[in-house]
Amino acid sequence: MASILAVDDSPSMRQMVAFTLKSAGFDVTEAEDGVDALSKARSGNFNLVLADVNMPNMDGISLVRELRQLPDYRFTPLLILTTESGQDKKMEGKAAGATGWLVKPFDPEQLIATVNRVLS
Amino acid sequence: MSIDMKQFHQAFFEESFEGLQAMEAALLTLDPDTADNETVNTIFRAAHSIKGGAGTFGFSDIASFTHDLETLLDQVRAGQRVPDGPLTDLVLRSVDVLRDMLEGARDGREADVAHAAELRGEIQAMLKQDGGGAPQPLAAAADMATPSGWIICFKPHRDIMLTGNDPLRILRELARLGEATIEVDASELPSYPDVDPEQCYLRWTIGLQGEVSENDIREVFAWVEDECDLSIEARAASAPAQAALEPDVATDDSAPAPTPKTAAAARPAPASKDGGSIRVATEKIDQLINLVGELVITQSMLEQTARALDPVTNELLLSGLSELERNTRHLQEAVMSTRMLPVDFVFSRFPRVVRDTATRLGKQVALQTSGEGAELDKGVIEKIVDPLNHIVRNAIDHGIEMPAEREAAGKPAQASIQLSAWHQGGHIAIQVSDDGKGLNRDKILSKARDAGMNLPDNLPDSEVWQLIFAPGLSTAAEVTDISGRGVGMDVVRRNIQSLGGTVDIESQAGVGTRVTIRLPLTLAILDGMSVRVGEEIYILPLNSVVESLQPQLGDVKSMAGSARLMQVRGEFLPLLSLRELFGVAGQDLPLDQGIVVIAEAEGRQVALIVDELVGQQQVVIKSLERNYRRVGGISGATILGDGRVALILDVGEVIRSRPMAVAA
Repeated sequence: MASILAVDDSPSMRQMVAFTLKSAGFDVTEAEDGVDALSKARSGNFNLVLADVNMPNMDGISLVRELRQLPDYRFTPLLILTTESGQDKKMEGKAAGATGWLVKPFDPEQLIATVNRVLS
Repeated sequence: MSIDMKQFHQAFFEESFEGLQAMEAALLTLDPDTADNETVNTIFRAAHSIKGGAGTFGFSDIASFTHDLETLLDQVRAGQRVPDGPLTDLVLRSVDVLRDMLEGARDGREADVAHAAELRGEIQAMLKQDGGGAPQPLAAAADMATPSGWIICFKPHRDIMLTGNDPLRILRELARLGEATIEVDASELPSYPDVDPEQCYLRWTIGLQGEVSENDIREVFAWVEDECDLSIEARAASAPAQAALEPDVATDDSAPAPTPKTAAAARPAPASKDGGSIRVATEKIDQLINLVGELVITQSMLEQTARALDPVTNELLLSGLSELERNTRHLQEAVMSTRMLPVDFVFSRFPRVVRDTATRLGKQVALQTSGEGAELDKGVIEKIVDPLNHIVRNAIDHGIEMPAEREAAGKPAQASIQLSAWHQGGHIAIQVSDDGKGLNRDKILSKARDAGMNLPDNLPDSEVWQLIFAPGLSTAAEVTDISGRGVGMDVVRRNIQSLGGTVDIESQAGVGTRVTIRLPLTLAILDGMSVRVGEEIYILPLNSVVESLQPQLGDVKSMAGSARLMQVRGEFLPLLSLRELFGVAGQDLPLDQGIVVIAEAEGRQVALIVDELVGQQQVVIKSLERNYRRVGGISGATILGDGRVALILDVGEVIRSRPMAVAA
């Protein structure tokens, strides 16, 4: 079973993402900000990381940059969740090493489709 | 798969209200000149999360309102806009509107839509002013002719896989769009020993057949646009290729938004996992407190009974009982502490109150708080909010001068209000002090006399200040909508007294005013002094006991009627017999053999004649009103160790029923 690290500072979004992905049969670990995610990523090996962009302590972009430095995550799909309609955040995320993005708001079906797309 | 989004609503509301609170707090500390990134970020992040959640969970009106607000804040964050007064004000008002919308969604009622629309108009107007300009919603994807097929040349950069993107995934997705013929070009693949498995050496040409729009194809490549060379050409040259449009940019506003479902509030709040705490219904805690109260009573009954036992033959039993006493006390303290909240719970709303009130009156006021960590009972905290609010607004309205007036008096234009809290014995003191003009003794006296009060000229200051709590007395020359209708301060005092608290005022002309509220930490137990009158025991709240003494006959003066005064340290205090007051059988001892307790409330003192001082003890307060009916001069009852009921005296009420003390 593929394991996913879901990172969001908003408990409701985190719950939604985790619940949706668990229902779709994935193994999900939650983290509440970049710092939390980084330490969880270090101790476990995830097949995919889904990270919100705007978070306290360490934002999603910095998290992606940090994760890409780790040998275990050089090729791991790292997706950022962003609501910003502008290109800036996506490009910033890409520059930091993100695989791609998912634009909020998304519904559970879109989430699962995107995750399947990268993990299949 | 269908997932019911309602199950996340509760969490969404909770975090949104917290977010709004954080936004509000950050906005109030925001200084346009020194606005630091973290403060601005906090504000932006809160709005951003609410927007994201609202969009996801189907509250489209909240999402779209927050969208404009977020745009505005994003410009502040990017340094394109200064968070000046009007902007901060607009955002603060937006916080109010959002709170209303969220509460509406949570409680299933209509929010004030008209007001929200109006404010949204203001935000949009501000966005149109200078610089930024509102981002125009992007036009829907350009209308494109769909040719019968495409030729796609996809040449990934060597390091494409280092972003977690797999070219094979892209090919698979293309193949899903239509009938694909894929040719691979491996000409750049080096010979085996030189192959770096982390690099991509291949390129592909894909022929795609079918009704596929260029947009759909671009979407497949959206994540890797910068990591490949890409050309997409229509096979049949029927339509010129349009400028590429980012396919997902429009989703932000046109998100699939189910109609808001509003009846989600019934679900109990999920226990919060943060910080190792759990949420428990207040009733459960109250039940626990009641039970512990009963236990305390039982324990003291046992203790009383055991006193008659022989300490030698019953040594084990007695040491067990003393252990029980200690454990009961610790249990009581521990249970009580579960109801305790830091006073910050109340203080945190005052930056906003002070700011709004001061702005409306054209005054400059800085607020300082201290002692926010001091804890007190949740029930007390909830009831202290309104009185404190009133006192603070009064201080700004009446106490603090206009900036020009302050400067003329040699004070800084910006006035200061301090809110502080500290523990004092079994009580908490909350103080509001200002550096305004102080109370005006003559004005208060003349107002009080106009209102028909008969007052001596030499009334001590402390009693003059207490007059501002009299019903119908306001010294404000003009009635403002903030304070000054003369209703309020009397209510303030009544509310505080009903909590078993006291209010004291100190004031000095030109220097400022200090209002100190003293409150019991909890409404459930009381530190009391028990006194005996005949067969009855009465409890005097310890905070109202000044001293006790044995009077000399010469100290007592009889007045007209049966009234008596007693001279204590140069001041004449009304002398009352508790026996007469409550109709207890028997006769008071001759005065010079009895005991007089001096009790104080509301800045006034009274001398109470009792037969004996029994001792100090903590008592569990039982409501007399709930179990019997209201009795004048009595605030409640308690059960003593021997099972008897003792009444708790309401000293303030006892004093008010008597004439005022007069200075010698």
